[in-house]
Amino acid sequence: MTHALRSLARALALPAVLFALWGLVSAGSKSFYLPPLHAILGVFGSTWSSRLTSDVLPSIGRLLIGYAGAVIAGVALGVPLGGRPRLRAALEPALELFRAIPPPALVPVFMLLFGIGTPMKLLVIVSGAVWPVLLNTIEGVRAVDEVLSDTCRCYGITGLTRLRVLVLRGASPQIVTGMRQALSIAIILMVISEMFASSSGLGYAIVDFQRAFSIPQMWSGILLLGALGVVLSLGFGVFEARALRWYHGQRSEHREGG
Amino acid sequence: MTRVRHAGRRRAGRTTPSLSRIGLGVLGVAGVAAVFELIPRAGLVSPHYLPPTSAMLEALGREAATAAFWRALLDTARGWALGLVIAVAAGAVAGVVIGSRRGLRAATASTIEFLRPIPSVALIPVAVLLYGAQLRSTLLLVVYASFWPVLLQVIHGVADVDPVARDTALSYRLSRWVTIRHLILPTALPYLMTGVRLSAAVALILAITAELVIGAPGLGHEIEVARASSAVPVLYALIFVVGLLGVAVNVGFRALERRVLAWHPSVRREAAA
Repeated sequence: MTHALRSLARALALPAVLFALWGLVSAGSKSFYLPPLHAILGVFGSTWSSRLTSDVLPSIGRLLIGYAGAVIAGVALGVPLGGRPRLRAALEPALELFRAIPPPALVPVFMLLFGIGTPMKLLVIVSGAVWPVLLNTIEGVRAVDEVLSDTCRCYGITGLTRLRVLVLRGASPQIVTGMRQALSIAIILMVISEMFASSSGLGYAIVDFQRAFSIPQMWSGILLLGALGVVLSLGFGVFEARALRWYHGQRSEHREGG
Repeated sequence: MTRVRHAGRRRAGRTTPSLSRIGLGVLGVAGVAAVFELIPRAGLVSPHYLPPTSAMLEALGREAATAAFWRALLDTARGWALGLVIAVAAGAVAGVVIGSRRGLRAATASTIEFLRPIPSVALIPVAVLLYGAQLRSTLLLVVYASFWPVLLQVIHGVADVDPVARDTALSYRLSRWVTIRHLILPTALPYLMTGVRLSAAVALILAITAELVIGAPGLGHEIEVARASSAVPVLYALIFVVGLLGVAVNVGFRALERRVLAWHPSVRREAAA
């Protein structure tokens, strides 16, 4: 218990010091663009409590839906591509090109095709976040243990059961790695899709404050975005520890044994 | 039996791509190009919104004849390269400093975990206010985003130094510089190269984003101009160019990694297999 407390204290020490330092240094700040921290925190509550239902929650909702879509699409495409070398050879160069297009560059195209509503924003998130999941799934499926694969064949395990117990299980450490990368991309694209043409959302609100020169409000939005990123990353850590418990256990055993 | 066959196939795929592999790849690209030619021609999507591949290539040809296109390409490349160099230098130095001291590593771990997930795009309004539509705005975003992969990789790499080798260096009283040159650098180099490769891709994304959203000069800005003026084929042509740029970055850095680490067991094994 004391051990946990000590490591928690150590984890929070430097962030606390940095925050305090920011508060102290900026306390007397007269700079228009860099307002004192207490001014930013002062407007935080009043700014975001009224925008919670109109901006923050819709943003988070779009983020989660788009992210889920990207994960499902990435795994659904990655499994057949990973299992079929000829299909992979045929599609690899084309995929390489599509993957290399920076996702924000696609925002104008999606605006053209789908307008500026929610479908466009969801598609932007999916189109960018799908790649890490797809590529990691392909690699994971390729690297599925061949002995296990042959065992499955001997026992006549095919179809959905094989997919569930062999392919997805075996590839899951890789898939989760891809999902982690996809999460941070999804946040970025959520913000960008709202910065373009929009009338709601976190990204819109921050740009709106900046255009209106409501600088403390703008900084409070940046803090909120940072907090959102941290919370999602912590939440993902919990999910990963649960989903891959068997894998981490296996690895630490190997390490101790070897 | 099966295992041997599998291993053989994988080996063939990894060294020099076989002719049939290249053929399949070309076929795949041609297929995708044909699909994008046929969708608008068949009337599934209006050609006003999705011009056929041929129209896009034609627009690309016209663009490539203008000086503005090449200037934008150069602007993007400059923002990307400058930002990447700054981020790699800062990340490598900070990584060596943090990674070589255990206490420092523990104290900074949480701060890095807190700062890293902050989306770099949150800085866009700050960049607009501080620098406006200039190269420096692009640099701010590019450096912030591409700093983290390098830093994390170098910290891991430096921490990975073989304890026996480290003790040996201590016993022989190797100077700090010699230790860095002959012990830390070779250990951390594979990690650093991975970080640089990741950062190079991220840097391009952020460079384009900054140009697109803030309006700093470059291909991203040209894309926004094409969109605003409804020059749809040009829009697609520019996105295609940005994609090619991304492919060049990915392929180039993978090749660089293989060259720089030609001595490293992980690469040697791959080449020998």
